[in-house]
Amino acid sequence: MGHHDAVTDWQTDFDHTDDVWAADPYPIWEELREKCPVAHTERYGGVWLPTRYDDVSAIAYDTEKFTSRSIVVSEFRPPAMLAPAGIAPPISSDPPYHHDARRMLLPIFSPQAVDKLEPSTRAYCDELIAAMQGRDVVDAAVDYAQHIPVRVIANMLGLPESDADVFRGFVNHVLEGVALPIEQRVDGMIALFGYLEGHIKDHMENPRDDLISFLLDSELEGQKLDPFQVGRTIALLLIAGIDTTWSAIGASIWHLAKTPADRERLVNEPELLPVAMEELLRAYAPVTMARLVKEDMEWNGCPMKADDWVLLPFPSANRDPNEFDDADKVIIDREINRHAAFGLGIHRCAGSHLARMELRVALEVWLEAFPRFELADPDAVKWSGGQVRGPRVLPVRVTG
Amino acid sequence: MKVRIDEARCEGHGRCYATAPVLFEPDDIGNGHVIGDGAVPPELEHQARLAVANCPEQAITIEETS
Repeated sequence: MGHHDAVTDWQTDFDHTDDVWAADPYPIWEELREKCPVAHTERYGGVWLPTRYDDVSAIAYDTEKFTSRSIVVSEFRPPAMLAPAGIAPPISSDPPYHHDARRMLLPIFSPQAVDKLEPSTRAYCDELIAAMQGRDVVDAAVDYAQHIPVRVIANMLGLPESDADVFRGFVNHVLEGVALPIEQRVDGMIALFGYLEGHIKDHMENPRDDLISFLLDSELEGQKLDPFQVGRTIALLLIAGIDTTWSAIGASIWHLAKTPADRERLVNEPELLPVAMEELLRAYAPVTMARLVKEDMEWNGCPMKADDWVLLPFPSANRDPNEFDDADKVIIDREINRHAAFGLGIHRCAGSHLARMELRVALEVWLEAFPRFELADPDAVKWSGGQVRGPRVLPVRVTG
Repeated sequence: MKVRIDEARCEGHGRCYATAPVLFEPDDIGNGHVIGDGAVPPELEHQARLAVANCPEQAITIEETS
């Protein structure tokens, strides 16, 4: 953040890394939904921003006019030569390649497969809580939420847990360093793929029961995946699996810390958690995706040019009053909740079942350990900017 | 009442089998499938309607039989 000039006009010059957006994007989106439902900026070489549910979903479904070749807006557009897989398949792949590349991953992330990871996830959460014993104030983002997905995904992939800081560095670079100059962006990508290459080589020599070995042994279009393809898919799982879930856990704890009635209700009615979680995912959906425009065209009156970016702010779609009653209210027993926190269409988050399990277990363990907690210093809370939004500093007083 | 899933629309969000686990189940990739012939006993009609209302892809339909 802070690499670009501050925004003064959200309709014609928005920037999703702006500090104002990071701190509280909801009023910005609300105004845009009413007054300028598809905003535009010249930044990043041109970005469109639909904010209504109908427009966000129409673009998510339209894989003909919009390509997923890149899904993170920055100054750098991955070259078309990377197609059909794209930079991090299958999230960066278009049909028809996308189908089989995704199909290959889905069984690993099915609800049945995810169930098996629940006991170890609960054990991590318990360990993290145990390490906080005796403290009045803990940072729920730094001391708790951020560690859970890192450990889960490192174990699944077959990367050392002790590299947690290294992973977070990569993730931070890819997702939050989007306003950096191209040279620095590329250096970060090279470092990430260099790191993964070492581990992939090691897995080729010493296969084991993890996702890297599974992918090295997998076939697409009748051919074994080459190590570079494996590296790109591992990069995706690492990047997509960490900040996102960390953000969802942190935002949920933040809401409960500032909303005693909801916290007390969940402590007294733990069976409500699965429904409450969906509402927290709707209201504080962490992820905004992106597409590139395939060819020059007019879309809903907007003169879109080939290679223009389009942001897909699912969190704004989730607050659209035309789609949800009392869209701006968090109603933890909301029964009808067709939210789009995990996206819509063929790119529905492949890890959504894993993310939901992690979020549920993290909240169960937290609420059991700390039935009373509150924000220790509301002004100290800091949120990440860019396309994955969640609390990165979250001091919570846990001795009610 | 009977429930039906349009397999071409289902993307495996899993809201149906989370909301109405007696009526729907996941396959090996997490897509939802109707259990049995989709007939909904009267006491599960509310759950069936919630499954329809919570499917992000609007892939579930209800056929009213009587």
